[in-house]
Amino acid sequence: MEKADRIETLDRIEKRIVLRAPRSRVWRALSRPEEFGAWFGARLDAATFEPGARVTGRIAFPGYEHWTFELTVERVEPERLLSYRWHPYPVPGRDYSGEPMTLVEFRLEEVAGGTELTVVESGFDRVPLDRRAQAYRMNEGGWAEQLRNVERHVSK
Amino acid sequence: MFAALGDETRLALLARLCEGGGPSSIARLAEGFTVSRQAVTKHLQVLSGAGLVRDARRGRERVWELEPGRLADARRTLDELSRRWDEALDRLKRFVEE
Repeated sequence: MEKADRIETLDRIEKRIVLRAPRSRVWRALSRPEEFGAWFGARLDAATFEPGARVTGRIAFPGYEHWTFELTVERVEPERLLSYRWHPYPVPGRDYSGEPMTLVEFRLEEVAGGTELTVVESGFDRVPLDRRAQAYRMNEGGWAEQLRNVERHVSK
Repeated sequence: MFAALGDETRLALLARLCEGGGPSSIARLAEGFTVSRQAVTKHLQVLSGAGLVRDARRGRERVWELEPGRLADARRTLDELSRRWDEALDRLKRFVEE
């Protein structure tokens, strides 16, 4: 049975990672669409991230090139914060225009040994997650497992 | 669905139902809350509208219990999206640390 603390984290995902690289390097990897796409695993159709810009991405993993997504860039504060809104991993062929987008925020901080990156994706409290679970289950059955296998192959 | 969870009292009620003890009456659920039983009933109705809890009759008593299915689905989806981020950040790490 779910514990109370897990219930309270149903509206967001939070990640924290220390990267052994200078802050400027990490910022470039985030703020340049070409570099962002290279590690994220997508081809983005913009040359820069500007506040308010709509950027389309196409997943680059073999077999998943039909998965596209759209980002709306929110804030770009050099070497500090990059944020955008999107519908996470929208299943192809479905219409998400009626759904609120989640907010993804990347925050950078210098720490001993490199750069601490905090990623928070929030707003899930207004997203019909149970419907999304259904969609994932119905779509290509085992999407998650397949994607994991493909990612492992691509990152070798 | 999660709009139903947005209120702290509702979150606490859900937590209380999770903690076990099985289906509970309003009286038992309301213990320790400063809000009225009426308010607790209203919160439970909101949670019921979102498919997270249901009520049943136990003898002459009306009791409330979890509908674990929807919550489990939401949890599963979030876990999946969370794994996506773990893997993406692993790739970012390799990308910038090379």
